[in-house]
Amino acid sequence: MSGYSVDPRIRWTEWLPWIIALAAFFLLPEYLSLGARILIFILFALSLDLILGYAGIITLGHSAFFGLGAYTAGIVSTQLGINEPFTQLAAAAAAAALLGVVTGAIILRTRALTLLMLTLAITAILLEVANKATWLTGGADGLSGVRVDPILGAFRFDMYGKTAFLYCLAALFIGWLVVRRMIYSPFGAMLTGLRENTTRMHAIGAPVYWRLVLVYTISATMAGIAGALLTQTNQFVGLNVLGLEPSGDILVMLILGGVGRLYGAFIGPVVYLVAQDTLAKQFPEYWYFGIGVLLIVVVLFARGGILGLIDKWLPFSKPRSSARASAR
Amino acid sequence: MAAILETQKLCKSFGALTVADNIGFRLEPGARHALIGPNGAGKTTFVNMLTGAIAPTSGKIFLNDQEVTQTSQAARVKRGLGRTFQITTLFRSLPVLDNVALAVAERRGDAQRMWRSASSHREIIDESQDLLATLGLADDAATAAQDLPYGKQRLVEIAIALGLKPRVLLLDEPAAGVPSADTERILQHLEKLSSEIAILIIEHDMDIVFRFAQVITVLVQGQVLVEGPPEAIAADKRVRDVYLGEGEHA
Amino acid sequence: MILYVISVGLSVTMGLMGFVNLAHGVFAMAGGFIFASLLGRFGVPYPLALVAAFVAVAIGSIFLERLLYSRLYAAGELAQVLFTIGLIFVSVAVARLIYGTLAAPVFLPEYFKGQVHVLGRDFPTYRVFLIIFSSVIIFLLWFGVERTRWGAMVRAAVDNRAMAQSVGINTRRLFTLTFALGSGLAGLGGAVGADIIPVQWGYPLEHLVYFLIVVAVGGLGSLRGPFVAALLIGIADTACKYWVPQFGAFLVYAATIALLLWRPMGLFGTRT
Repeated sequence: MSGYSVDPRIRWTEWLPWIIALAAFFLLPEYLSLGARILIFILFALSLDLILGYAGIITLGHSAFFGLGAYTAGIVSTQLGINEPFTQLAAAAAAAALLGVVTGAIILRTRALTLLMLTLAITAILLEVANKATWLTGGADGLSGVRVDPILGAFRFDMYGKTAFLYCLAALFIGWLVVRRMIYSPFGAMLTGLRENTTRMHAIGAPVYWRLVLVYTISATMAGIAGALLTQTNQFVGLNVLGLEPSGDILVMLILGGVGRLYGAFIGPVVYLVAQDTLAKQFPEYWYFGIGVLLIVVVLFARGGILGLIDKWLPFSKPRSSARASAR
Repeated sequence: MAAILETQKLCKSFGALTVADNIGFRLEPGARHALIGPNGAGKTTFVNMLTGAIAPTSGKIFLNDQEVTQTSQAARVKRGLGRTFQITTLFRSLPVLDNVALAVAERRGDAQRMWRSASSHREIIDESQDLLATLGLADDAATAAQDLPYGKQRLVEIAIALGLKPRVLLLDEPAAGVPSADTERILQHLEKLSSEIAILIIEHDMDIVFRFAQVITVLVQGQVLVEGPPEAIAADKRVRDVYLGEGEHA
Repeated sequence: MILYVISVGLSVTMGLMGFVNLAHGVFAMAGGFIFASLLGRFGVPYPLALVAAFVAVAIGSIFLERLLYSRLYAAGELAQVLFTIGLIFVSVAVARLIYGTLAAPVFLPEYFKGQVHVLGRDFPTYRVFLIIFSSVIIFLLWFGVERTRWGAMVRAAVDNRAMAQSVGINTRRLFTLTFALGSGLAGLGGAVGADIIPVQWGYPLEHLVYFLIVVAVGGLGSLRGPFVAALLIGIADTACKYWVPQFGAFLVYAATIALLLWRPMGLFGTRT
C-alpha cells in the first residue's frame, strides 16, 4: 500500500467507512456509545498498525500510551480543574508523546524478545503506579468525576452519546487522514523498507534507530489521544486501560482485521467489539475461549486477517498500481 | 594520489580467532581493485568492517581522508560508501522501482517527508527509472524483486548501490550464484560504471577478476599476502601455491 | 524458586527452538490443577501426584507441539506471539469453565505442615522442602545437560541447529522431547508451588510478566541464567514488598528494564 509505484488517490471504497459511520449515527441511535467505543479503538488500532504493520515493531505494551493518555485527560480535569476538551486532548497527546520518545529511545535499540519484554514491563509499571497512586488515579476504583466542558462551548456531551460519537468520529477522521498521508509518503515507503529488510536499510544510509523512534513516538501520541477520548466519553478512567490485557486486545483486533493494511484497523475493532457486545453478554465464559480459538485459527490459516481473506476472494480490492510507473 | 579509502593496521578477532591481521589497504580514486583469497580468508569480514557493519578490534579506517572507524554504517553511506551484498539483500516483496527509489530517496534526503505522496516525487522516480534503464532493468520496474530471475536480482543489488551515488563502491561477489549466461551481462554493466567511482570487487571467479581489475590484493588468513597489477599476481608463485595447493598442476 | 522451575523450561524452549512461547504459564497452570485435583479429589499421595502432574503435562504438550506449535516454527515472531496468546485465552477460558473462579485448594500432607528448626530459626516446612526440591531439580538438570549425551545434543542444537542436523541429530524429535521436558517442568513447578502461588483460571496471564522477566533477564537458552534471575527476582520482590510496600512490584519492573538495557541478551544469554 505504500511505495513509489502505488497510486495515492483515495478510492471510492475508502469513503465507505465514513458513510457507514454517519449512517449508524442516524439509524442506530441506541448504539451510539458502543459506536464511540468502536471509533476510539479504531484509532488505537491505527496507531498500533503504524508500528506493527509498517515498521514491524512487535509490542505488547501499547496500552501504556493509551492508558497514560486516558489518565492524563482525567487527571487534568480532577486535579487541575481544566475541563476544556481540546486542552485535555493536547495534554494527553503531549504526555503520551513524551513517554513514547523516552521509552522508544531506550528500548528500540533492542530487538525481538527483549523488546517485547520491555514493552510489557513498561505498561506493567504504569499499571502498578496507577494502582498504587490512589490519590491521583483513584487506584482500583478508578478515576471518576472527570468533567468535560461542551466542545467549542456549544456541544454538550449528552447522555445519548451523540456528541461523543461525532467528536470521536471527527478525531478518527483526522487521525485517518494523517496516517494515510504518512503511509503513502516517502516516509511510509521507508517504513515498509524497514520492515522488509532492515539490513538493507542500514546499507542505504537510513538512520534506522531514529526513524523507529520517530514512528514510535507518532504512534504513541495517537494512542494517547485515543485513550483521552475514552476518558472524555465515559467521564471515567479505570485500571483496565493499562497492562497486558488491553494491549493483547488491541493486538487481537488488529490481527483480526489485517495488519499493515490500514483498513484492517477499521474492520478488526468493529467485528471484535460488536461480537463482544452481543456474545460476551450472553456467554461470558465462552468469550475468551472463542477469541482464543479465533486467534489460533487466524494465525494458522488466515494470517492476513479479514482483509487478507477478502483479498483472496475479491481481487478488485487490491490497491491500484500507479499508471505512471508503467507508462515509461 | 590520496587514497579515497584506506585502512591502517586493521585487526579483527573473535575471541581467540583472528580474522583480520594488521591489514593495511588503499583504494585509489577511480580504482578498479579486486580482493581475492581462498575461502575463509576474511574478505567479507574486511568489507563488513569497511562499511561499518562490524567494528574492528583495532586499527583505523579512513574515507576521504576522514577517520570513520567509529562512524555508523548509515553515516558512511552518506559520505559516499556504497555496497552490495554477497547474498542478495533486497526488499523482496517490493517492486524493483521501489527498491531503487528507497536508496535514491535516502540520498536525496527525501525519505523523511510525510506529506506528499511518494509517487508524486517525480525526481526520485525518474532518477530511479533512469538508473534501471542503464542496467537494462527498465521493463522490470513494476515486478516484485523476488519474482525476478537471480541474475537480474544481482543487478538490482547493484542498482540500489548506484542509487546512492557512491564515490566508493564495494561489490561483494556480484556474480555469485549467477548462471554463467548472465555473468557476461553483469560484467558489461560493471565495466560501464563511471570512472569517477572507486570500485572494490570481491570475487572468486578469476575470469572476472583478471578482466576487470587493475589492481589485485590477495588476502590469506586475514593477512595481505601480496598486492599488485594482474600480471604480477598471476605470475606470483605464492599466489599460485595458495590457490592451487600442493601436489596440483599449475 | 518455583519461578525457576517453571521458567527454565521456557528458557530452553525459547532459546532452543527460537519460539516465543508466551503460553508457558498454561502448562504450569495445568500441572497445578491436575496435581490439586489428584491430591484433593482422588486422594492420591503427594509424591505420586507430583509425578503424575509432570508426566501428564509433558505428554499433553507433545500433542500440542506436534499438532500446532510445529506449524509455526518458521512463521516469525508475530505469528508465534499471537498464537500463544490465543492459546492462553483458550486455556484460561477452559480452566474457568472446569474449575470455576476459585483457586485450586491444595491439601498438603501432614508431614509438610508445621515448621522445621534450622540454624536456630523456624521455617515453614513446606518452604524448606521447596528449596531442597528446586535445588535437586536444578542439579538434575545441570547434570543432564552438562554430562549426558542428550544434554550435549541439546546444547549443540541450541548453538547451531543446521549443523546439529547435518551431523545426524534428529532435531525434530529432540525439539519435541525438550519441549515436553520444559512444559513438564512448568507443570511440576505449578504443582509444587500450588500452595504458594495459587492456581486459578487467570494464572497464565497474571504471571506471564514474571515468567518472561525471568527468561529475558536470565538469558535465552541458558540454564543458569533463569536460576540466577529467578533468585534475584524472588529476593527483590520479597524485599520490596517488605520494606517499601507502597511501591509493590514497581521496583522489580524498573530493575528488569535497567538490567535488560545494560545486557540485552540477559545475564547469561547465548543467542543473538
